[in-house]
Amino acid sequence: MTQSVVVQVGQCGNQVGCRFWDLALREHAAVNKNGIYDEALSSFFRNIDTRSGGDGPDIYKGKICSLKARALLIDMEEGVVNEILQGPLRDVFDSKQLITDVSGSGNNWAVGHKLYGYQYQENIVEKLRKTAEHCDCLQCFFVIHSMGGGTGSGLGTFVLNLLEDEFPEVYRFVTSVYPSGEDDVITSPYNSVLAMKELNEHADCVLPIENESLFEIVNKIHQMVNSGKLGSTVKQNSMITSSTGSAKMAQEKPFDAMNNIVANLLLNLTSSARFEGSLNMDLNEISMNLVPFPRLHYLVSSLTPLYTLADVNVPSRRLDQMFSDAFSRDHQLIQADPKHNLYLACALLVRGNVQLSDLRRNIERLKPSLHFVSWNQEGWKTGLCSVPPVGHSHSLLALANNTCVKPTFIELKDRFMKLYKKKAHLHHYLHIDGMEQSCFSEAISSLSDLIEEYNELDATKGGPRTDPSRLKIAV
Amino acid sequence: MSIVTVQLGQCGNQIGHEVFNAICGDVHGTHGLCSKTENESYRDACKERFFREEESEVPVARAVLVDMEPKVISQTLSIAARSGYWKYNSRSHFCQKQGSGNNWANGYSVHGPKHKEVIMDLVQKEAEKCDRLGGFFTIMSMAGGTGSGLGAFVTQCLRDAFPTSFILNHVIWPYGTGEVIVQNYNSVLTLSHLYQSSDALLVHENDVIHKICAQLMNIKQISFRDVNQVIAHQLGSVFQPTYTAEGGLHYSRNPLGDLMETLVPHPEFKMLGLRNIPQMPENFLAYSAFSWPGLIKHLRQMLIANAKMEEGIDWQVRPPRLGSTLPSSHSTNKPLHFNTSIANLVILRGKDMHSVDLGSFQDPSLYTSWLNPQAAFNAWKTPRAFNKYEKSASLVSNSQFLLKPLDSVVGKAWNMFASKAYIHQYTKFGIEEEDFLDSFTALEQVISSYSNL
Repeated sequence: MTQSVVVQVGQCGNQVGCRFWDLALREHAAVNKNGIYDEALSSFFRNIDTRSGGDGPDIYKGKICSLKARALLIDMEEGVVNEILQGPLRDVFDSKQLITDVSGSGNNWAVGHKLYGYQYQENIVEKLRKTAEHCDCLQCFFVIHSMGGGTGSGLGTFVLNLLEDEFPEVYRFVTSVYPSGEDDVITSPYNSVLAMKELNEHADCVLPIENESLFEIVNKIHQMVNSGKLGSTVKQNSMITSSTGSAKMAQEKPFDAMNNIVANLLLNLTSSARFEGSLNMDLNEISMNLVPFPRLHYLVSSLTPLYTLADVNVPSRRLDQMFSDAFSRDHQLIQADPKHNLYLACALLVRGNVQLSDLRRNIERLKPSLHFVSWNQEGWKTGLCSVPPVGHSHSLLALANNTCVKPTFIELKDRFMKLYKKKAHLHHYLHIDGMEQSCFSEAISSLSDLIEEYNELDATKGGPRTDPSRLKIAV
Repeated sequence: MSIVTVQLGQCGNQIGHEVFNAICGDVHGTHGLCSKTENESYRDACKERFFREEESEVPVARAVLVDMEPKVISQTLSIAARSGYWKYNSRSHFCQKQGSGNNWANGYSVHGPKHKEVIMDLVQKEAEKCDRLGGFFTIMSMAGGTGSGLGAFVTQCLRDAFPTSFILNHVIWPYGTGEVIVQNYNSVLTLSHLYQSSDALLVHENDVIHKICAQLMNIKQISFRDVNQVIAHQLGSVFQPTYTAEGGLHYSRNPLGDLMETLVPHPEFKMLGLRNIPQMPENFLAYSAFSWPGLIKHLRQMLIANAKMEEGIDWQVRPPRLGSTLPSSHSTNKPLHFNTSIANLVILRGKDMHSVDLGSFQDPSLYTSWLNPQAAFNAWKTPRAFNKYEKSASLVSNSQFLLKPLDSVVGKAWNMFASKAYIHQYTKFGIEEEDFLDSFTALEQVISSYSNL
């Protein structure tokens, strides 16, 4: 069994990360009835002997003593991290896993990346090594951050670079929250594009998230719960937005519901690696199957169901509905339109009480309405994990490598260019040591190249299909 | 002689476990429908092949379990032990922590060499515990990374370490609409490599077994367990003891050797397909009666029409008339859809099999012209019924059964290769474009050979 380490950077990264750890504990508590520290738990948690006070040695087998998250919390201002440490999760993190500063990055990628990066490099590397040492077989780093600000965006991508240099064999999955059009941070286009270049070059897989989508999902659930008709029968702890049953319940904050969705994404993504099933799907398989060309590693994710009704008996038709929902825009975590664009690859990770035949039937059913690239007409990666998420009897995570991310990137580029043409706010960046005009031009060029790669693939869509001729053998 | 089974990857381990279950279940059942002495001989022969007796313990399967991640093996070991009828040797397994990531190159070029010594050591130990080693039976899927890549590597190692032993690879052909996106690459690489070291490849296609589960077994919610149990039943129907010679007094002791001798006369032709009839839900068995002529007739038509199961057989397909007027460099005077064979083996289990007329299988028009049709057909029999079926007939065929699936997989892989998609994932671990080209070439050769029968 392998371990993963979560690196949460910046305010957004830490708030999402916090929800992740909370829900992870809830999920394991639901599955692990005997209180034995098992391999599933060890993928994200260490088991520490605290009886002698303070930080004891790791206990690899036997009863759970004290669980510690395999995490690194980084923020250049203290507010968020301090809150976490005073909250109900304080015992899950230890003080040696934190890196904080006081004044923040001022929504400036250069401050985060160049200034703080340089300043904290050694500290970060040391703490990463320590965390890695506690892992028997480290497989993956999950970086959680936002793109629009300064710390998550700048320092977060700096850490991504470090991860590649220091741990080249370990996978890097990045969960990035992209800024929306009406973002109140004026310089978010700069920060995002500068960060994109780093993601293009140093991440194995990126799961882009847009707040608008999360918001819409929250609203949809809200409406369903309060609609009166079915509201009373929605299982509280099943809502993808809820913290019910976790440590956090008492003081829910405004972003908590949205962040819970992202936390659930990560839990579902890693479920097949942690729990058993008839067709396992490990993290390295996700990267292998969904990334046909190194830079095209942006995956559109969608989660279903968003909640369960208390009625436990789910007839087959409802199950089919779950699969259909996974391909509907309401369940996606970014605003994009995969159905009208080109699929390069698609993965379906099913959890819980779903049989192979249900999976196959639904793939056959949905396939005709989706456009797959000519060289991957039947490109589906599937996984079956026996353990469902809390409050559900089954669930589905769909990950798509689809050219529908292109419009998102084009918009980002446009917003960048609007500012850049007028050199607006540029001086804030350029006066940081190590930051030059070329950083900007390289970043925009990297984004343009990426968009061009998607363009080339889109151009093949709908065209006449001529299969390349096969090798001829002399008879 | 004993067979050592090597279970590779998730698929290999899940199936292997069902196979031992089926074999054990068959031996312990009270449905032999034959004399006590017969039953005892059968049981002893079976035990010798697949199990070791340990003092005052349940029989131990002669198997080595290999996987690059621990979950499946630990499950398999514990479920087997719980059955109370048999178990695995608790030390006869090897696993790592991180899996092969569906990457053939990772399985073949990284995990293979790295763990070669440990794995071969386990195999050697099992082999030494056999009084006489009858050969190796490996179970793997083609689609993933461990079964396919590491499996190909281990097969090579087996060939190197045991140059005179028989090696039979049981290969699982994945569903056509993907379980793994790079499954066609993995399949092409696996098949081309196995072809070099293995004696024969016995293939089961997931799509086919799935249909059997749905249409014949009436299973509504099909799981991999159901699929694997059908596969295990079919394999059991081949490997359980039989009399290979007419009027033989003892159960044959060299199943793998016999299989190779009858079915693989030429190293260019190693692809074996398997059909088994009848297949039906257990609760139907009591109400069904079968006749040998009926079963033989269906089985033969399944052979020549390339039907995957006993429903939906195309009865229009007929063998060509011999002595047709068109001479040509390749035998296209055979009607379309007709499945030409190199060699066939029919296995009959159940009472009154002595009287069965198998002449229809000896019809020379079924076989390719460059082989002696006398040698091309063989029959193994036993009066002992198998696995609750009063009569059961299996066909192992070296014919054009797998031509279309093979062509399809190579075609799709080639299509993907032309766009260079995913190639960077393989070159990362040392499999280069030339290696792909070599594999494509080797398989196009096999396709061509089978097409020209």
